[in-house]
Amino acid sequence: MSIILNNISKRFGNFAALNNINLEIPEGELVALLGPSGCGKTTLLRIIAGLERPDSGQVLLKGEDKTHKDIRERGIGFVFQHYALFRHMTVFENIAFGLRVKPRKQRPNETEIKKKVHALLELVQLDWLHDRYPDQLSGGQRQRIALARALAVEPEVLLLDEPFGALDASVRKDLRQWLRHLHENLNVTSIFVTHDQEEAMEVASRVVVFNHGNLEQQGSPSEIYDNPVNEFVSRFIGDTNVITLEKHHTDWLQLSGLVIVPEAANSVHIRPHDLEITKSSSDSAATATLKDWQHLGALIRIELAKQGANGSPETLYAEMPNEQFKRLQLSKGDKVECRIRHAHWFDAA
Amino acid sequence: MVNKTNILPAFKPALGFTLLYLGLVVLIPLSTLLFKTLAPDSLLSWQGYINIISNERVQAAFKVSFLAALLAAAIALVLGFVIAWTLVRYTIPAKRFFDAIIDLPFALPTAVAGIVLASLYAPNGLLGKPLTELGFKVAFTPAGIVIALIFIGLPFVVRTIEPVLQELDTSMEEAASSMGASRWQIFQRIIFPNVFPAALTGFAMAFARGVGEYGSVIFIAGNMPYISEIVPLLIITKLEQYDYAGATALALTMLLVSFLLLLAINLVQMLLRRRTSETLAPIVAVTP
Repeated sequence: MSIILNNISKRFGNFAALNNINLEIPEGELVALLGPSGCGKTTLLRIIAGLERPDSGQVLLKGEDKTHKDIRERGIGFVFQHYALFRHMTVFENIAFGLRVKPRKQRPNETEIKKKVHALLELVQLDWLHDRYPDQLSGGQRQRIALARALAVEPEVLLLDEPFGALDASVRKDLRQWLRHLHENLNVTSIFVTHDQEEAMEVASRVVVFNHGNLEQQGSPSEIYDNPVNEFVSRFIGDTNVITLEKHHTDWLQLSGLVIVPEAANSVHIRPHDLEITKSSSDSAATATLKDWQHLGALIRIELAKQGANGSPETLYAEMPNEQFKRLQLSKGDKVECRIRHAHWFDAA
Repeated sequence: MVNKTNILPAFKPALGFTLLYLGLVVLIPLSTLLFKTLAPDSLLSWQGYINIISNERVQAAFKVSFLAALLAAAIALVLGFVIAWTLVRYTIPAKRFFDAIIDLPFALPTAVAGIVLASLYAPNGLLGKPLTELGFKVAFTPAGIVIALIFIGLPFVVRTIEPVLQELDTSMEEAASSMGASRWQIFQRIIFPNVFPAALTGFAMAFARGVGEYGSVIFIAGNMPYISEIVPLLIITKLEQYDYAGATALALTMLLVSFLLLLAINLVQMLLRRRTSETLAPIVAVTP
């Protein structure tokens, strides 16, 4: 089911949670709503679900205006951040709930319910837990049961609010992969909210970035990473070195091989992996000092100090593959030369 | 029984203290009642006991006391649930004020409550007059007793249900409605089962308080033998006539019946707890 949002605005008292959001989500996509906490992404998800009413604007599901329709009539499945499992029911009854509350005419009989619930439990690979209560499950298991429960009513859209927010790092990693695969199999339009940019980039086919109730940018993960439209998106997605265009900085940038063209821009963002370093042949050619480095697995993060305004040192980060760094045979305090491969220009307000 | 490496210190003094006070304040007085009655030189023989209890006036009083307390607790349960729901779920003006007022029957001397209720519901009272014109007689009838006991029992129900409603995750209800459940189905299948154990506690407390209530009832009840006479009043009457054996017999019976009823309610709660969440022995799963 495709989703179209037209000019959605929502205020809570004096706080503008969402400003004129326009968004189109084609059928079958797996979309991440990404932003720092308090940016309005959860509010938007709840508006799509019908758990919240927008102050203005329209929600179109499959081309139909459903702005004023109740959540029951929208054909959506919602997975809550803290799972919201019914604690007084077994796992089986939790999943069967959506089938049991159907109007008598549409309600499947007991054998059909049994078959369906077990099929869903197998889908989330937890059939052996069917007679447990939610209190007896781990976080990851609860999350998967919540998902199975939402799928039981065959929703046309699946909405997930911070689905991995309350889980351990390792469980989160497994579940991300699992959600991706599940989406590939079911192909139901899915939207999830997250504040974790890594999670959004890894799981989603499209990422929508929010800040302060505004939609900043949308696109595929690579589009957003490679071409951030503004300073906020550039800072929020991935790491970056921010350098303001003042005199002593422009000199350094030019020394590092960057041609300074735009006049409108007043800051430049350089991704750590776009900053290449080589051991300096002579002290006079050096543009930075190696301060320290950290292992990030396959990559090494290098901390550099460069001369800042009035002589105080400023820290820059560079990243390079492990092997390459070993070949350079650098030690702390070595003078290095920097070369900027690529940079983004922004006019910071 | 007690683990030697118990991580909480001072288990023994704490247990000792608890048992001492439980003994002094609850067990000794209650068991004295029992032993006094059962002692060989007691004023009361088994036959005497049966005679006192099978007295028609006494039986009527027991009926009035327990039925009125049960009915009042049941009505207080419904009203209390609605009040707790309103206080927890809606933003209403002067909420804190209303919230504080709920506790008033706890603090008010029961005799004051009795006098106020009696004058209010008396045939010429503020509420009694229109009610009498409509054909309802409240004061000096069992209905008056029920009203007094609702007044006394209500805060117990509100105060036990309120915290549970506060803790009840509204996202459970949102999840249910996203799956197509109607408001009524949500109440029936989600809210009610979660609140029921607390509601039962509130009911039991309101009932227990109602059975023993004296001060607020006697003014409004009219205390007509066979109709609106409660057991506590009968006990006082017997004491005033120096009929200690009779008073003891009534007291003992009351103690027994109340104890059995509360035991039954607790058993129901225990069964419910075991069936619903099994929080007593959680099996922590290791795999994600």
